[in-house]
Amino acid sequence: MSLDQPVNDSEIMETEIKVSARGVGVFYGEANALRDVDIDFRQHQVTSLIGPSGCGKSTFLRCLNRMNDTVDGCRVVGSIVLDGQNIYSKDVDPVELRARVGMVFQKPNPFPKSIYDNIGYGPRIHGMATNKTEMDEIVESSLKLAGLWDEVKDRLDEPGTGLSGGQQQRLCIARAIAVAPEVILMDEPCSALDPIATAKIEELIDELRQNYTIVIVTHSMQQAARVSQRTAFFHLGNLVEQGDTEQIFTNPVDDRTQSYITGRIG
Amino acid sequence: MTDAAALLASKRPDLSRARINRRYAAEKRFRLYGLIAIGAAMLMLAILLSTIVAKGYSAFLQTHIALDVTFDQSVIDPEGTRNPQTLARADYRGISREAVRDTFPEVTGRRDTRNLYKLFSTDLEFEVMRMVLADPALIGTTKRVWVKSAADIDMLSKGYINRDLPQADRRVNDQALGWYDKLDAEGRVSRLFNTTFFTTADSREPEQAGILGALVGSALTLLVTLVIVFPVGVSAAVYLEEFAPKNKWTDLIEVNINNLAAVPSIVFGLLGLAVFLNFFGLPRSAPLVGGLVLALMTLPTIIIAGRSALKAVPPSIREAALGVGASHMQTVTHHVLPLAMPGMLTGTIIGMAQALGETAPLLMIGMVAFIVDIPGSITDAATVLPVQIYLWADAPERAFVERTSAAILVLLAFLIAMNLAAILLRKKFERRW
Ligand SMILES: Nc1ncnc2c1ncn2[C@@H]1O[C@H](COP(=O)(O)OP(=O)(O)O)[C@@H](O)[C@H]1O
Ligand SMILES: [Mg+2]
Repeated sequence: MSLDQPVNDSEIMETEIKVSARGVGVFYGEANALRDVDIDFRQHQVTSLIGPSGCGKSTFLRCLNRMNDTVDGCRVVGSIVLDGQNIYSKDVDPVELRARVGMVFQKPNPFPKSIYDNIGYGPRIHGMATNKTEMDEIVESSLKLAGLWDEVKDRLDEPGTGLSGGQQQRLCIARAIAVAPEVILMDEPCSALDPIATAKIEELIDELRQNYTIVIVTHSMQQAARVSQRTAFFHLGNLVEQGDTEQIFTNPVDDRTQSYITGRIG
Repeated sequence: MTDAAALLASKRPDLSRARINRRYAAEKRFRLYGLIAIGAAMLMLAILLSTIVAKGYSAFLQTHIALDVTFDQSVIDPEGTRNPQTLARADYRGISREAVRDTFPEVTGRRDTRNLYKLFSTDLEFEVMRMVLADPALIGTTKRVWVKSAADIDMLSKGYINRDLPQADRRVNDQALGWYDKLDAEGRVSRLFNTTFFTTADSREPEQAGILGALVGSALTLLVTLVIVFPVGVSAAVYLEEFAPKNKWTDLIEVNINNLAAVPSIVFGLLGLAVFLNFFGLPRSAPLVGGLVLALMTLPTIIIAGRSALKAVPPSIREAALGVGASHMQTVTHHVLPLAMPGMLTGTIIGMAQALGETAPLLMIGMVAFIVDIPGSITDAATVLPVQIYLWADAPERAFVERTSAAILVLLAFLIAMNLAAILLRKKFERRW
């Protein structure tokens, strides 16, 4: 599938809602970093979160896999429902949740271990393979899905940190998909990469859409336009506008969105 | 806008030769200061080491005298059973003294003969016994063997005794001097490697005094310290850094740990005396108690080093692990701790090196006692290297001066070995990239 081809509306409407956030707000101590966010993420869709720096995109993304739980003094209000269950309810274990909602970070952060162990770590701690052969299969298919297999198949026992930046980021994506998540969160996954590596990741994101629900934070509006079907614009802790990517970029409703996509704020 | 531009344009950077030269000169000066500082430090170290080596190396040699010993079968083993118990009970004093008298047939009279024996170490009869026990085939033969001289003769042989002094001011009188010169002329005096120094514990007689007792004492003490301090220190650091809530109490604990690291070591000795000896009734002078006290002393250092090593692990690694669904505990044990391990090992080694050199707290718990046996377990009475150095430095005999320096050399060697082990361990852990 070509990237610049616009996605037709019927495809967008048909897919089911995977994650649904209602009234989500985040406080860092006293500071209210995010207010009253309502948004749905649909299956087989890529949703971009855009907005100026510090508007709360990462903060919101980190609510979706409860990564904010690990930040001292961070409090989340509202509800986020994944497959009909509120992930902030008492009977949801954040550790289990993070296996279902994978995350790729801004700076590639492979473990200082071999490529094989980078991929194998998640499946190992979740008991996904009973023997070496099964583990080999998981590692191979994860790397294949992340488009990295051909580049690293002869050096699986070399350190993951020895790869190039773009390869490291694809390794991190492979690591995330190795634990068979349903949702993948990406926080500016290309901001540390050169244009060629970026193009590869974008292509990969589009392929991954077949199997996963993807939420991506990006600073680049071109990237949002290229990879996502839905886009949400954040500003100063508020979700200002959301809609089909086409519509947001060609015909935004809110003045602030208009200003941002034309480069007047940001 | 244009005013600002004009203002900036009017202020050109001063790129004159003089200014640039001044800048380079400043850098050169700074480098020079650095070189001088390092040079001074190296010089001090060289002076220190060379004086210690110059004073101490002679202790690694011991003057020996050749004696023709007749290992008489009828005296040692009349029944010819070669039973070690029989062999150990024989009259070696008689055998060895006879050999001494035979060497100087011209010396007669009780007083002179007694003085003659004083050329030799009081260990003489036991030396002969050990020879027989090690090699029973000697029995029935007459053999020339090398035995230790007395410490004063050793000093004379090493040139530490001034022959020009009047006899009354000299440790070796004219008679002994004459006997020594006769032996020397016959080629019966030789300075051999001082195995005694490395195989025995302390003794009142310098020529029988060795460092092994203190070395084993130090090793046992440090072992106790390490076994306590490493797991406790690492767990405490991990708990405080990774799991403890950040509140008033943990702040208070942190302040206390930092303060404990600065408490004079003798205070820990007093604590050990009060708690381990008086309250728990543990044995005095034992490596067990010494190790416990040193563990208390080094624990703060290790916790502080451990925490900074944990802090230095990039947060991105934690996020990566949490992101694939590792629990907090798994994140710490699988990723953070291994990455912090080299730093923790460095901290531990610094703490252990500090403990190795520590004297004051051990004095408080009785490890300063005069101990002639090599400790066999952590509850035996023992002393440690720095205390042994302190004891010998205090001893009046000339022969202990060189042993003091030699003991310092052994302590330094121990230290270097420990550091080497640390470096090797760190290398091993760091090989995980
Ligand atoms: N750990 C934190 N502690 C306190 N404030 C934070 C923390 N992380 C983010 N913030 C604040 O929350 C706001 C949103 O940050 P963030 O979500 O990182 O923005 P961005 O949209 O650039 O990703 C910012 O004002 C930031 O200063
Ligand atoms: Mg961000």
